[in-house]
Amino acid sequence: MALDKNGIAQRIAQELRDGWYVNLGIGIPTLVANYIPQGINVEFQSENGILGMGPFPWEGEEDPDLINAGKQTITALPGAAFFDSALSFGMIRAQKVQLTVLGAMEVSDNGDIANWKIPGKMVKGMGGAMDLVASAENIIVAMQHTNPKGESKLLSACTLPITGVGCVKKVVTELAVLDIDPERGFVLLERAPGVSVEEIVAKTAGRLVVNGEIPEMKL
Amino acid sequence: MIDKRVANADVAVTGLEDGMTVLFGGFGLSGIPENAIAAVRKRGTRNLTCVSNNAGVDGFGLGLLLETRQVKKMISSYVGENAEFERLMLSGELEVELIPQGTLAERCRAAGAGIPAFYTPAGYGTEVAEGKEVRVFNGKPHLLEHAFDASFAFVKAWKADPAGNLVFRGTARNFNPLMAMAGKITVAEVEEIVPLGSLDPNHIHVPGIFVHRLFQGEHYEKRIENRTVRPRP
Repeated sequence: MALDKNGIAQRIAQELRDGWYVNLGIGIPTLVANYIPQGINVEFQSENGILGMGPFPWEGEEDPDLINAGKQTITALPGAAFFDSALSFGMIRAQKVQLTVLGAMEVSDNGDIANWKIPGKMVKGMGGAMDLVASAENIIVAMQHTNPKGESKLLSACTLPITGVGCVKKVVTELAVLDIDPERGFVLLERAPGVSVEEIVAKTAGRLVVNGEIPEMKL
Repeated sequence: MIDKRVANADVAVTGLEDGMTVLFGGFGLSGIPENAIAAVRKRGTRNLTCVSNNAGVDGFGLGLLLETRQVKKMISSYVGENAEFERLMLSGELEVELIPQGTLAERCRAAGAGIPAFYTPAGYGTEVAEGKEVRVFNGKPHLLEHAFDASFAFVKAWKADPAGNLVFRGTARNFNPLMAMAGKITVAEVEEIVPLGSLDPNHIHVPGIFVHRLFQGEHYEKRIENRTVRPRP
């Protein structure tokens, strides 16, 4: 069965390693914080200026001076630090953040990502996404395998205006975990429980490498 | 001590003229200069180019200056959540330039640090790169970006002393220190002006040298854009 949003987040959380600083984008990526494996210490960075971001506040304890990049009210954990926006993107460009998880509208089989603009629709802007994808070493995309029309979002080339070039390392969808090898394309690593390789092949438009037996995800 | 205090917000916006480029601190509605925005609206200055990470919401923040058509152009990284903005943009009454958030921050910092331009990888290979010089460092392409040239910066801090030394609170800091550095005339509004000597010099976020005019703001609303809570157990 295909994963729900929480399942995708849970699978991505398995990629976390002890001692990592992590930036989570808006949407499914935010849910990753709910599934940090036991014994793993990570610290969340939000690009508007906090390291050590904690969970949402208790009702009645919201603070307008304490928000994340999605403008949601948050809390600061013991050991947290605040900083200005230039310092924040300084640590991002200098690759001090070990993992970036973000959503996407399209990903190409050489690692290009499109997630900021749909021609003909109101363009809201790229926010910090272009800075993140241009600099981060380790980018995982969390998204649905197909768009609402049923068309694949894993393409040979992005059709939408791109956010960054050749930057995505891994994609986790409701159907599969795939690495991106710029030489070979999407490399199928795992399939969601009960999902067939044939379905993944059918729903992947870009180059796809399927080598041997593909194991099911363990959640 | 060089006293930076002025009487009020109306005095603080003196010299602001039609067509100027102005920086506004804040991220979303957090840390926005509410009093300065109100004073600019009251002053009626028009054709402003406003640099701000976001463009406020309908009826609050920079939304107030959009309502009165005082803004000719917005330079931002993200402008959702504002119906009036969308209407003005689609009807062509408002120019919009979208730039990556880190580039926006660094263009402010550079202006305040005497750096005319810099290279950043953000936006390479995208629409943002159109017309910009590309240079490869360590095998990676970068874009040349220029420091902002802004007549005024309006920023909001938590506390200040009369010398204009600023202290921020939480994530309301965001773009404020950088824009404070970047303004030819920087106007800082704060929730509280504390007596000289009561701020620890070790804890100053922006030294008063960057602040030209300082006043204590009034009636802060500090609206929350996206209230998110955990239910109590």
